[in-house]
Formats: sequence, structure tokens, C-alpha cells
Amino acid sequence: MNLNLTRRRFIKGVIASGAAATTTGVWVAANGAARPAGAVERMIRINVNGQVRTVDVAPQETLASTLRYKLGLTGTKLGCNRGECGACTVLVDDVPSYACSVLTHSVKNGRIETVEGLESADGTLHPVQQAFVEELSPQCGYCTPGQIMAAVGLLRENPNPTREEARMGLSGNICRCGSYDSYLDGVMRAAQIG
Amino acid sequence: MAYMHIGKNFVPPDVNGKVTGRIKYAEDYSREGMVYARLLTSPIPHARVVNIDASEALAMDGVFGVLTADDVYPDGEPQGTGLKVLTNEPTLVGEPILAVAAIDEKTAETAITKITVTFERLPFVLDPLDSLAEGGADAYTGGNTYVFRQGFAEEKWSQDQVASFRAGNEPTAEPQQTFAYGDLDAALAASAFVYEGTFTTAGYPHQSMEPRSAMAYWENGKLYLHGTSQSLSALADGMASIVGVPQEDFVFINEATGGGFGQRARANSIPSMAIPAKMSQKINRPVMMRITRDEETAIGGARQGFQGWIKVGFKADGTMAAADLYIVSDNGGKGGGGDAYSAADGISVLYQTEAVRFRGTSIGSNTGHRGAQRGPGQNQIAAIISPILDKAAEELGVDRMKIREINTPQTGDVGGAQRQPFTSAYMPEAFKIASEKFNYAERITRSRQRNGSKVTGIGIGQGYHNAGRSGMDGIVRLTADGRLKVHNGVGNLGTYSYASTSRAAAEVLQMPWERVDVVTGRTDRNLPITSPQDGSNSIFTNTRTNYGAAMDLLGKMKEIAAMELGGDAADYDIGDERVFKSSDKNAGMTFAQIAQKGIELGGKFTGESDLPEELNDFTKISVTRLAGDSLMGIFHDPKHNDNPPGFTVTFTEIEMDVETGKYDIVDMVTVGDCGTVVHPQGLKNQLVGGAVWGIGLAGYERHLYDPQNGLPASTGYWQSKIPTMMDTPAKIQTGWVDLPDPENPVGARGIGEPAMGAVAAAVASAISDSLDGHLFNSAPVTADMIINHVAGVTSDAVPLAQNNFRG
Repeated sequence: MNLNLTRRRFIKGVIASGAAATTTGVWVAANGAARPAGAVERMIRINVNGQVRTVDVAPQETLASTLRYKLGLTGTKLGCNRGECGACTVLVDDVPSYACSVLTHSVKNGRIETVEGLESADGTLHPVQQAFVEELSPQCGYCTPGQIMAAVGLLRENPNPTREEARMGLSGNICRCGSYDSYLDGVMRAAQIG
Repeated sequence: MAYMHIGKNFVPPDVNGKVTGRIKYAEDYSREGMVYARLLTSPIPHARVVNIDASEALAMDGVFGVLTADDVYPDGEPQGTGLKVLTNEPTLVGEPILAVAAIDEKTAETAITKITVTFERLPFVLDPLDSLAEGGADAYTGGNTYVFRQGFAEEKWSQDQVASFRAGNEPTAEPQQTFAYGDLDAALAASAFVYEGTFTTAGYPHQSMEPRSAMAYWENGKLYLHGTSQSLSALADGMASIVGVPQEDFVFINEATGGGFGQRARANSIPSMAIPAKMSQKINRPVMMRITRDEETAIGGARQGFQGWIKVGFKADGTMAAADLYIVSDNGGKGGGGDAYSAADGISVLYQTEAVRFRGTSIGSNTGHRGAQRGPGQNQIAAIISPILDKAAEELGVDRMKIREINTPQTGDVGGAQRQPFTSAYMPEAFKIASEKFNYAERITRSRQRNGSKVTGIGIGQGYHNAGRSGMDGIVRLTADGRLKVHNGVGNLGTYSYASTSRAAAEVLQMPWERVDVVTGRTDRNLPITSPQDGSNSIFTNTRTNYGAAMDLLGKMKEIAAMELGGDAADYDIGDERVFKSSDKNAGMTFAQIAQKGIELGGKFTGESDLPEELNDFTKISVTRLAGDSLMGIFHDPKHNDNPPGFTVTFTEIEMDVETGKYDIVDMVTVGDCGTVVHPQGLKNQLVGGAVWGIGLAGYERHLYDPQNGLPASTGYWQSKIPTMMDTPAKIQTGWVDLPDPENPVGARGIGEPAMGAVAAAVASAISDSLDGHLFNSAPVTADMIINHVAGVTSDAVPLAQNNFRG
């Protein structure tokens, strides 16, 4: 969970960008074609999974929308689109962040990592991914990318967490299948794999 | 029995896609020229649409069309309480009225603001008892209940009858539904302890992580629908009818489903997927309809709530002699279900009650869409009955585990309303494993020990669900390269049973797993009709079909070998992907050679003739398309005998903070009796997942409505809290009996539903234990209720309140 990212900060970001915040959870920011009057279209460069990508980003656009609908990185899931579930968790400068609650413009100087960026070029899975396979951590899999990114963020900060610390680290990610026990097993195994 | 695959872990084919993000859910797809649909939903709980003026919206640039209920149902909306695709008679807030398709969602949203819908407001009701009371509003136009095949009807009690029930007394009105067996009066008279009281259980939404988004397009007269489903072929079968397209021209694509807990099993519980299909047909473009969390909460299905009265009698030794239940179940604004009947049936099974009477009445309320949710009925009542068992144990001086053991079902017993025998039941063994793992003998001595503000509570629970559909089909194929293809129509919702049930076929043919392809994900891959993946049905039903199809294939393989190498089919055996003479292992053919010969022979060997007569139409279409290019095994599963149950036992220890009403689950052991274990990791996941659901039912989940305007106060995860990692134990210990069921070829039975019920019962039991055996007679028991109880504060909530706060 990114303690530096709050709803207040998100809303302040929206206000700063000159757009109205939506609380309805509607994907209005998904399409750059329609922009509020007065807003300025901006081509920006963002660093995603080590690649600098140039992308047309509306002022009110969330990072989740940019990743999914502009860059085709659909591994980042939207479960609620309003900061309740954690399915859209990505890393911004190593910090797990809800991509539905981050404005893309606010992270244009940041280093963004999604689940698609973890696998090596030769197809070797990241230790967290490998551990999640071995423990069969996912059930339906919809929250899995978010759980994985939260786990990767945790292990970078704390490579050998206790089970309780892992539980805290992933507590911002809901799993409706209730696979928490298997996710924790996965994190503990990932810490062993290194 | 030594198996090659059964009982072994494996890497399911889709898990890599889940950890890399590559696997696609419905909303991850896009299509050239795709436009976006948004919904206008009902802002009021009960209304009639008088007029829709969409002219201004349709004149907007970028708007392609509007779809209304009149487009979907030109001959009028179907009667009944079932959820409609779109409706002109909404009975819950959030019910879809119309859809707008536009170049993007912003434009569609803007267009919706320019549509004028004139509603005639109708009276609404949130609490079924308010509707039952004479003069109370009805949830539906034409009544407050729906009688199957007869239509809407009005069910009314006198004001005094409702008030008496709310005051805690046995309802006196005539019920809609009953069952009974045994001599109830005599059983109660023989009881040394009788408990009588009223209870409530809350309704709450399913809240699958993936909203029910869908995308559709038409191509060359065929409809392609990307959707979400827990039952691939069974749902597709029904969805074709809803859209009005021949099954042959319908392709349902569903590689992965982001959670399904009963409301994605059948097309009629998720009809919204027809909206992009119908819209696409109307405007001739691919249409994506993304569903928001608010919308998912409104139409995504919810559990039926109970307002009930129970009277239970126990003999001096703890035997449950009698159970008498009267339950008013909340049918919500749409949907419904048979939860109340299943609740009474479940008590009969789990406690082998000598005499049972059930009376039930089902009443609508203008609240969420209701329907089957994980363990419908059995799991709600599990959380109510378990603390009552503890009370009886305390009063009778019987140990709390003992009172459950002496009542528990075992092989040879019968149970339920139908007094049906079990195919097998290994609950005594489950109790033994679970109690030893929990160290019950030592743990029970900590019961009610206080340390500062913390009090230890010990809880025990049992869960049950009957699962065992038949009448389904199986298709397996051996291709010319000698690979085994198992066509599986089970949905991919996270149980991995689409793969684990396929291993029954691999087992028959002793086929290495890497030489097996599970064919699934979209219906144009030619799938058999399989059981909807609900009610803990997959593992029992679909191992039978896959095993049967593989046996048919094996017979054909041996027949071909005999034709080629002489002798009878019975003279042949298999091993190492070869068919060979039992008397001479060197005289044989490889599987590839057998398949090639079968293809050459054609006819019955390749699905071109001699199909099982009873084969379902859906399967026949698939077989016809596949015929001729591989050696096929085809099977129709006949009806099996008796009731294949799923059972669980849970022990838990909690630490209750009586100053905050919050408790920590210190330890939990949950053990399944589900026959032979097919896939240990999958079973473990069902047990821990069910545990989280049980924790939610016992302590957290409910939905609330504003009584003045009927607006939902719970529209997402935040307001209808599902358990998070911090609400659940850091480690849940699991186990299983692993003894075979005789009605299944690999010995397997289901587990998904009872995995939840036992935990709900155990947590409710532990909460009660930590508070000196206080009976809340409620699920959930929330922190505010605990605090009120400890403080001796009398709640001002309406007794038996439903869909609102209660004490």
C-alpha cells in the first residue's frame, strides 16, 4: 500500500490538472478523443517497464486508463476504479500504487512498472511470479497482477519479511476468491527464491 | 489406489497467464471499429417507465444508437422475477433501463444526460416483513411474491401476526412452502433441552472482482460475445436463447473469469451480456460495455436474507431430536432462490435430526438482485445453528465437539427433505483429523479465559452442500499425432477444475499430462455441455463425463488394435502411449498409429455415427463439427444414485476484545470430506477461500439501504465490506479425509460451498463462546452489535430488520 498516495492527494492532482473528478467509477478518461472544454491535449513521455513511451494523455486521465487503453498493458486490472480493491496496483518508483487513483500526468517523471515488466526477456518468471505458480496462489486471477506488484514492492523494501509483515504489505489488495493464505504462501516462497 | 494424475498437484495451463497478466478477461479485448455502451439505470427502487425521449442524444455527434427494453422484448418483457436484459419496470435501484452506444464512454455518458426518461414512481419496500404486513407496499407490480408458473401474487399477514413475529414468536400465518418428516411433537416432548427464538441473516452482494463487462460483434451472421462466466458451455446454451440467435451461430468467448460465486453460472443471472450483443446487432459495430463497480453491485447478485424462527430440541445425551423452522426469505427486487428450503434441508443432513418441519415464505423487496450465492441456505443457517448447539451442550453438560459428533452423518445414513442416502459420508473421520490438528482437547480449556480486555473464544462448525448433477456429456479425442484432447465446457473461474476434471480422462489413458491439451475457452472450439460450475458440482459431475468419454475412447482404441493385430479388444492393454496385447507387450500400436487408423476407418470411430442417443443438442453440434478428423470418445452421463455430499469441519480460536468488539482469529483448522482428493492445491484453495467467505458471513458482510428513499448505501467494496487480509488468519490450516466416493469413478465429491459454511459456523460459535455463550441469532455479528451487548445497551433497531441496521 502506498502510504504517500491518498484520496486527498489524488483529488488535489485532478484539481491541479483543471479537470473535474469523477466519483462514479466510470471510465470517462479512457478515450483521449473527448476532452473537457479548455483542457489541453498533451503528448507526454512516460517510463513504463524500462521503456520510454510517448503517449497522448488527457489531463484527467488515470494511469490505469493510460496503461490499459493507450499502451495495451491490460495486465493491470480495474476492479473498482476508485481505490477500494487494489487490482490495479503498479509500482511507481518502487512504491505500490493504485493506478486507478494516480493521474498519469503526475507520474510522468516516474518509473512505472506493471506486471508485464517482470518477466525476463528469455521468459524466466520473476521470483514472485514463479512462487505464485508453485504455490498456486491465484484463483480467478483477476486480483493477481495487483497482488504480485504489491508483493514485488514489499520484497524490494523488505527482502525477508515475516508472514505478518507480508500480510500487512498485501493488505491493500482485496481477493474475493479469498486466496489470501495462498498469496502469503507465495510471498514467503518468493522471499526464499530471492 | 495408485493414480498417475489423481491426487497429484500440477501446473494448470492458465496459471502462467494469470501471473504474467497475459490471460485475457472480457474487457481486455478490443476490436477494430469498437464503440462503447453505457447504461442508464434506474435511480429509484420501484417504477414504471412512461416515456423515453432520446432524440437529443441520438442527434449528438458520435452517438450510434440507443437500446431499450422495447428493442430487446418486442413482444413484452417476460413475466417473473428474473433479471431482465433491460426493463421498463425496474424493481431495484441500478437496474438497467437503456444503453447508449457512442464513439467513446465520455460521449455515451454525455448522451445519457440528454435522455429524458419519465418514470411513474411506485411504492417500494425494503424489508420483506414490512411488505407482508397488511397495507405494506409490494416490491413487484402485481404482488410481493411470484408463484412458479402462476404469476405474481400478494401474500399478506395481519399487522398483529407480523408484530408477533418481530417480538420473537412463532409465525402463525400459512407458509408458501413446507416439508416435514418424523413426529415433531413427540421429538420435542422427548427433548431435555429445547431452544426457541427468532433470527436474521443478511443479504449481501457477490462482488466478484471482475465487473460483468462484455464485448460483442457480429461477423458473417455469427455473434461473437466476449463475456464472463463460471460455466462456459452451460451459460452459452442459455445466452443464445436470450439474444435470440441459433446456437450454431453463437460463439461465446471466455478464457478467464474474474470470480463467480453463483451468479455467473447461468445466462439468466447475467443477462446484461446480451446488451452489447443486441446493440451490436442494431448498429452493426463491435460494442464494448464496461460495467462499473456500482453497476456490478446492483445487478451482480446478492444472497437471500432470512427472517426466521427456530425451535430445536435435544435429548439428554445431546442427540438433536427436533428442528422446527419458519423462514421468510428475502427475494430482493429481482431473482430469488430456494435458500430457506436448503437451510432446513441442511440442518436435517448435518445433524441427522430425527424430526424436522420446515415452513417458508419468499417475499420480494426493492433491494438487490438475489440468487444463489456460495452455499445458498446451508451456509446462512450454519452461522445460526452452531451457537445454539453450544448452548445445548452447555445446558446438557455435553462436550461441544461431542454434541456435534454424535449427530454427525456418516456412510449409510440418510438426510434432508427427501431422506436420501449419501453416496458416502466421512464426517467422523473429518472430526478426528480436524480436532487433532487443532489440539481440541487442550484448546477447549482456554475457552472464555480473559486477559485484560481480551477473551478467548473457541468455535466449532460444520458445512454441507449436496452436489452431483448428471445428464451431462463428455468429448475426448486422440489426434493423429497421438495427443489427447479433452474438450471441457467448465468455466475458468479460478477453481482450476476445467483442468483437474480433465485429468480423469488422462488417468484412464495413462497419458502424460504434457501430452494432453485441455480444449476450452470459447464455444467454437466445440465443447460438450457440462454442468454449470456452481453448487460444488464440477468435480463430481465432470470427472464422470471425462472419465466416461475416455473409457469410450479406450474401448475404440482396443477395438482398432484387435482389428489390426488380431484377437479381441479384451485381449489388449495400454501403457506408455501404446495399445498392446496383454500376453505380448511387443505386439501393439502407438496411440498415434491407433488414431491414424481410426481416422481412416471413420464412422463411429470419428464421431460420424453411433452417437449416444441421449447426447445433449449442444454437444451434438460440437461432435458434428469435430467428426471425421480424430478418434473420438463420446459419453452421456446417466443419472447416478443417491446424494453425493460435500462436508467440512472447522475449529477456530479467536481473541475477542470486549472493549472494541473486534476479534482476531488466532488459529483456524478446516478439513474437507470430499471423497478422493483430485487436486490438492486446488482443494486447499477452495478451503481457504471458503474460509474467507465464512468469516465475511459471520462477521462483516451485509448491505444497507436508505429507508426513506430506498437508495443503496452499499455500492462497492468499501460500504459492503468483504474480508481483507487483515480480517483473516495469517495462516489457515487445511486438511482432508481423502477416502473415495463409490459413485464417482475417481472417488471425488465437491467442496466449494461447505468450505464456507463450516467456517461461518465456527466463527459464530467462537464469538458466542467469547461472550459467555450469548446468542445474537444473527449473521453477521458486527463490532457494533458486540459492543452494544457488552455495554448492555438495548439496540433501537427494528427487530428482525432486513437490509438495514439491526441489533
